[in-house]
Amino acid sequence: MVKTLRIDDQDVSAGTDDTILQVAQDNAIFIPTLCNLEGLKPVGACRLCLVEVEGYRGLAPACVTRVEEGMQIYTQSERLQTYRRMILEMLFVEGNHVCAVCVSNGTCELQALAQRLGMDHSHLEYRNPAKSVDVSHYRFGVDHNRCILCARCVRVCDEIEGAHTWDLLGRGIQSQVITDLNRPWGESKTCTSCGKCVQVCPTGALFKKSKAVAEMEKEHEFLPYLNTIREVRSNG
Amino acid sequence: MTNKVISIDPVTRIEGHARITIQLDSKGQVADAHFHVTQYRGFEKFSEGRPFREMPSLMARICGICPVSHLVTSAKACDELLAVRVPPTAVKLRKILTLAQMVQSHALSFFYLSAPDLLLGMDADPAKRNIFGIMESNPEMARGGVRLRQFGQQIIELLGDKRIHPAWVVPGGVNAPLTAEKREQMQAMIPEMKAFALHMLEWFVPTQTRFAEEILAFANFPTMYLGLVGPGNTLEHYDGDLRLVDAKGKMVEAAIDPYSYQDAFGEAVEEHSYLKSPFYRPLGYPDGIYRVGPLARLNIVDRCGTPLADEALAQFKQIPLEERQSSFYYHYARLVEILYGVERIEQLLDDSRILDTHVQALASPNAFEGVGIAEAPRGTLLHHYKIDENGLIQWANLIIATGNNNLAMDKGVLQTARHFIKKGKLDDGVLNRVEAVIRTFDPCLSCSTHAVGQMPLHIQLVSAAGEVTDEIKR
Repeated sequence: MVKTLRIDDQDVSAGTDDTILQVAQDNAIFIPTLCNLEGLKPVGACRLCLVEVEGYRGLAPACVTRVEEGMQIYTQSERLQTYRRMILEMLFVEGNHVCAVCVSNGTCELQALAQRLGMDHSHLEYRNPAKSVDVSHYRFGVDHNRCILCARCVRVCDEIEGAHTWDLLGRGIQSQVITDLNRPWGESKTCTSCGKCVQVCPTGALFKKSKAVAEMEKEHEFLPYLNTIREVRSNG
Repeated sequence: MTNKVISIDPVTRIEGHARITIQLDSKGQVADAHFHVTQYRGFEKFSEGRPFREMPSLMARICGICPVSHLVTSAKACDELLAVRVPPTAVKLRKILTLAQMVQSHALSFFYLSAPDLLLGMDADPAKRNIFGIMESNPEMARGGVRLRQFGQQIIELLGDKRIHPAWVVPGGVNAPLTAEKREQMQAMIPEMKAFALHMLEWFVPTQTRFAEEILAFANFPTMYLGLVGPGNTLEHYDGDLRLVDAKGKMVEAAIDPYSYQDAFGEAVEEHSYLKSPFYRPLGYPDGIYRVGPLARLNIVDRCGTPLADEALAQFKQIPLEERQSSFYYHYARLVEILYGVERIEQLLDDSRILDTHVQALASPNAFEGVGIAEAPRGTLLHHYKIDENGLIQWANLIIATGNNNLAMDKGVLQTARHFIKKGKLDDGVLNRVEAVIRTFDPCLSCSTHAVGQMPLHIQLVSAAGEVTDEIKR
């Protein structure tokens, strides 16, 4: 069955199970995302895809909200733009994001969004937290200074590789991604060293150790491949 | 008359921030003088815990004028950590980058920062004594200086994609080969640059006679000289032996082992400055004073290794070595090196294998300690890192080119102040000379200057009782 609705005064049609984000993307309407990755289960963690829906009291995360018949959705209001910039600012001040010396400089999704959404400075004070770097794995490294806790690594490792090496530890600002039961990555018994987590990481938090500054380009052809695997699994 | 202190703060037309103080005794004679570097950076400390592959780009942030020098020296230290042989083409490309950096930096020092004094005179109106004053009185020189700087910067951009802080140089080599098209673009610029460099030498060499007194009193004392040399004692900025010669040209150390630099050099810390004062350990502090940079390099080598620069060097060496102890000759040496840089870039670009695509040796760290040495425009630069088994930096030490000259600059300020300040007489021309002696060294005290021409200069004469008795502002 097909549903019809309006996004930013544009009439669109959608499948029954579609999310607002999917419909927007199908119709080339830009909604910013960071934690979302096609092929992985959406979790609504980053809140960048919040949209206004007429009749809703609060804002709705587009990645996990299913469309309804006759919905009126707004994606570009002044309020949303302000919130999006504020979310980015919070991501920046809670970590230590130094683009100039980052392996992902120029290919980073966080950096690209900050540019696109016009975040030219932070209204909030930088917290400069003391965070660690784990390069004990023979091929890969994790720099927690650059992690935005999108949990793409956790999901890809669990849902597609089936290893569930990655997980989240702690609450609030103390949270961090961990390997196994918070053992150094190099000592992980479950990691298959497949590298999917590194490919899906939106920032330079997960990287190949052989890469120097601005050299960590993600292999984009890798992502459709993830989708294919997932489809095969769910149909099988 | 009571004791007075003259303070020149900040020193202008240099790279970074510094202050000069001159103490006058009760007769108005200079009792003492010092050069103070007033910034603190801390790069050695905050690189601890970072993956070593970040070091070249991280260290490049030390400076916006000479980032390439830090980039290259840091990458050389990282090559040592990988313990690989860097592909020969990558070495040549890094050399081109290093020379382009030298040409642009020397052009900045000579034409933008010092030429105002050299062309218009030490006593010229401060309002005119800047690059704009040169544009007015000698547009051809100003244009040439700008073009030379552009030449260096464009080569850096063509190689590394960015003029400032390119990430192209990486541990094990460089991350992209040179294309034929870019090579042609670089080659096309060479003839004009060569002609201009020659023209400027022709102008400057006879002009120097106007500065007899400055030559006499601008850090003119015997010191040792330190620099890299290539095979056959030729000029070299990227590789080679680290050589130390004395003021008479006698070899003190033919090739200092990079890993034993701490035996050869101590680093003294003076209360008055954040810049460390390295000295040659066997002679102790402060007798182990030595100089680095263009003058030191030319005083050490026998040949440049390129035809035109070799002619220029022969002419330079006609000045007796005793006279060439004056830091005023840094300017001359800089022009010779610009010519050499342009010629050597041309030679390297003509190399039949310069377009080879194998430009990076890949490896994991194979050594826990690495020392890299290269010649920055202003002298010998050393980076020394220690890493853990995973490649995280545990410890870093840097000896910055300008630091090597710290003892000589400090002593030079005193010599110049003593020579020109008589009975406490203070005018702009005299103070400009005290700054100009520092400019001969082209110190890079951290990062680029943020203003052009007119930086505020405020000099106060303060009596022993703390009273301001005289004041000059500009």
